[in-house]
Amino acid sequence: MTNFLMPSRRALLKGAGAGLLALALPAVVGAQAAPIKIGFQLHRTGIGASYGRWYERTATAALKLINDAGGIAGRPVEIVFEDDATDPKRGAEVVDKLTQQAGCDLVMGTLFSHVVMGSAPRAGELKVPYLVCSEGYHVASGALNRWTLQPGITDVRAQISTMAPWVAANLGKKVTMVFPDYAFGHDHRDFFTKAMAEQGGEVIAQIAIPPTETSFTRYFPQIPAETEVLYHVMVGPAVLTFVKELGEFYGTGAKPALFGFVDSLEAVDTATPGLEFLEGSHFWEGHPRVKPADAGEHEAAYRAAVGVDDNGASVSDAKDVSTYAHMFSTWETLYFIKNAMEAAGYTGPADRQKLVEAMEAITDLPYGLEHPQGAKRFNGKTHQVFGSQYISQIQSGKLIKVHATTIDEGLYPDAVDYTAMSF
Amino acid sequence: MAFGPFLLLALMEGLVTAAVLALAASGLSLVFGVMRVVNVAHGEFFMLGAVIAWFVTGMVPGPAWLAFAVAVVVAPLAVAALAALADALVLKRLNYDPEATIVATIGLLYMLQQAALTFYGPDARPVAAPFDLRLQTPWFGYSGYKLFVVLAAGVVLAGIWALMTRTKAGLVMRATQVDRDVARAFGINVDRVYMGTFALGAGLAALAGVLIVPITQAHYLMGGDPLLLSFIVVIIGGLGSLRGTLVAALVIGLSDGVISMFFSPTLAKILATLLVAMVLVFRPQGLFGTRSP
Amino acid sequence: MKVWASHLAVVALLLALGFLLPPYHATNMARIMVLAVFAMGYNLAFGYTGLLSLGHALFFAAGIYAAGLPIWHWGLGAAPALILGLLGGGIVAGVTGLLALRTAGVSFMIVTLMFAQAGYLTLLYFNGVTGGDEGFALPASGRMLFGADLSTDLPRYLTAWALFSATFLATLALVRSRFGRVMVALRENEERARMLGINPFTAKLAVLVLSGAASGLAGAAYGVLFGYAGASFATIQYSILPMLYVLLGGAGTVAGPLLGAVLMFALIEVANDLTSAWLFIVGAVLVIVVLFAPKGILGALRDRFFRGLP
Repeated sequence: MTNFLMPSRRALLKGAGAGLLALALPAVVGAQAAPIKIGFQLHRTGIGASYGRWYERTATAALKLINDAGGIAGRPVEIVFEDDATDPKRGAEVVDKLTQQAGCDLVMGTLFSHVVMGSAPRAGELKVPYLVCSEGYHVASGALNRWTLQPGITDVRAQISTMAPWVAANLGKKVTMVFPDYAFGHDHRDFFTKAMAEQGGEVIAQIAIPPTETSFTRYFPQIPAETEVLYHVMVGPAVLTFVKELGEFYGTGAKPALFGFVDSLEAVDTATPGLEFLEGSHFWEGHPRVKPADAGEHEAAYRAAVGVDDNGASVSDAKDVSTYAHMFSTWETLYFIKNAMEAAGYTGPADRQKLVEAMEAITDLPYGLEHPQGAKRFNGKTHQVFGSQYISQIQSGKLIKVHATTIDEGLYPDAVDYTAMSF
Repeated sequence: MAFGPFLLLALMEGLVTAAVLALAASGLSLVFGVMRVVNVAHGEFFMLGAVIAWFVTGMVPGPAWLAFAVAVVVAPLAVAALAALADALVLKRLNYDPEATIVATIGLLYMLQQAALTFYGPDARPVAAPFDLRLQTPWFGYSGYKLFVVLAAGVVLAGIWALMTRTKAGLVMRATQVDRDVARAFGINVDRVYMGTFALGAGLAALAGVLIVPITQAHYLMGGDPLLLSFIVVIIGGLGSLRGTLVAALVIGLSDGVISMFFSPTLAKILATLLVAMVLVFRPQGLFGTRSP
Repeated sequence: MKVWASHLAVVALLLALGFLLPPYHATNMARIMVLAVFAMGYNLAFGYTGLLSLGHALFFAAGIYAAGLPIWHWGLGAAPALILGLLGGGIVAGVTGLLALRTAGVSFMIVTLMFAQAGYLTLLYFNGVTGGDEGFALPASGRMLFGADLSTDLPRYLTAWALFSATFLATLALVRSRFGRVMVALRENEERARMLGINPFTAKLAVLVLSGAASGLAGAAYGVLFGYAGASFATIQYSILPMLYVLLGGAGTVAGPLLGAVLMFALIEVANDLTSAWLFIVGAVLVIVVLFAPKGILGALRDRFFRGLP
């Protein structure tokens, strides 16, 4: 038992010593290029851990590239990762810790929308820029504050709106939706239903599944027989069960066309036994997992840097499938930070307000190694970025890109003007 | 879907839920019944069973049924050994104090979850069923393996019943359950009985994990639901009553299935939860429990 | 007298800490004090009266929503919201108790667990009103208390301190009163308590209402002080947390819940700094602590040194 205690006590002392050192350091080193510290709120444990691991890998890869190219405004960059346990209460504490304890210049990286919602108020109080990689509609809806931005990934409202025309034109007009009974699912419910109606289609049934559920078959009979398209999106560890049970339920009988969000299969190999019935079905992808034949010139360099092969799996373990459709957001957010810091002439925490203003002034983010998912347009008023979306079809067990949307298709009227709010 | 086939599916699903509940709860029924301690880590033993099954089926070459059979043997043994160790190092030293045991098993839960996250990873991974059989009715398809789980639950429960009523070990456990001081006075080594019961309970949880993992997936957080549901089943059934555990699993599983026919999923879940809670409100000792704390 | 002096010293020390601690630690201390209010509420039911509940997340959530929803939808201020939180927690606990107190022991544990689970799902089901799992950020107007902005450091700390101190001293007075002895009698031997002319059901219901009110107050305080409400506060974790604080600090001691909350918070902070596998450290330390102090830290101290500690 003492063995357990001893190393931790020693490490504690070491930690305390390092803390003192860190306090003394800036005073001594002073003007010498002190590193820019970026706090990263990481889903290392909890339900978001699959995403968190890849977010960490992608951000670390971008960090290396940035530092190799001379850092930000000539200063080296550091990322401080801190686990938020995918929990909103801990999330707020982590924002606090990264800002006040670790001395980070800003905080980024959150995916799950309840953690964003729980953390953003604290970021606003601390007046620290908080850049989320969540795809939630919380930022653009106006629910948050001047300090919270989403510059790395298109929000779910825009994603969904661009899917409806394609679904209506190619798969069918009578849609049944199956989605988790929480915010992410509700965004799908609300915006897809609306977008489908605009296309002359109709959502004939909405089946919201409670997140505590681990078995789904009993709800499938609620899918009306006249359904032409089954729109499905699930998140969390039970997603694979959901897709497998759907396959068992329809079996060899007639089935509607399937359209899903790849969130259901992030970090899951599409060739997994039991998923055969997904063959031929379509998925939204934020960034095509399997490298398309017509991929842009920077795609290969991005994959190589992150350590992902052409199938979207880790180069060291083909079974370790990435969360490819989302993780680019951390990469692009880091380059967005670099862009804004250099534009603002950022020197330290005193310039945080100037930094947010510089971010709000950014509009076009051209395609390049900085933005490998595609060109984007940032809306400084709503703090939300907009980019292209992709639709892929499962062919021989692989996601093959079949359609790309334009940025304009995803735009919608501003719901908020954060620039009119006080800091 | 017409009402008839819908009801058929709801009943089949209810039966499978009942089987899953009964399997997950059988180990807890023993531990809780004999030792009267709240083992918060029970769900993690279930998780370990599923995770070990993933490792084992990945390593054993040959047909799926063979790899699965190896997992059915290996996982419960490994987890039972781990539980025996935890008993010797921690629970015994706490003299099975109910409150201290809660804290200790919460600690154990954290350690096991972290170990699974570190060595197995955060992803949900599938374990292939020992056989691939899909039943096709005119209205819907159904997994043959799910029906096998129902069968397996029956076999496991029958095995425990035989153990408890037909063997000397079972007699000793029942004697300890009734009164541990009297059992000690009669020369029963209560410490060994407790260690054995705890290990057996953990092994059964792991066995449940192995049997159930082909219809869900192995995931490091999968232990939470079985833990809560097992407690519910064991208490509703009546503490220490195997028959009660079975009946409670059937009641909960079937009511869950049938209620889900008439309401939207979340509302159905709320109603089913309240309904089951009401069983206990109006029959505090559980369905087959005797009136005692 | 000595007892009051030592507990008043704790209160004074916490007040001083608000001015001495650097902002990061002060904010965390404010969080800890709010959570300690929750744990003290839990301790009334579990530690003193022996009601093992796994449903206190429901009462905490009742408080956070009773306070948060009127702030969010109708622009209520923080003072009435805190009162609504207190009432919300108490009322929900009362209704729960009317049904759940028909049971005892482990059955009580399971019934409260299931009610809390139903409560969590209800928050999701009415997501249009409650914001569902994502929850909502409380607008600034609802975070003003008598002209003080609770989103700033000192007013937040002092509010948390005031609520903590009130609950702390009220608990001390309660457990040292005649009713406090009734609570312990119910825990130790319900039959004997009955023979002494106590109606166990009514007494336990009263305790549960008080316990729920404290939990609800803590929930409301968390909402207005930290600006967020969401359904995750109604999940089983938030039923286990106060139990863990109480057991770690010492069940049935007035200061135990505070001590447990401080320890758990510090443990998670330190473990996170040591390793990314921090959960393992937390688990191991819990096991070690309970081996040395099976009745919690203050429980162990009471057994060895301070016999009369309430």
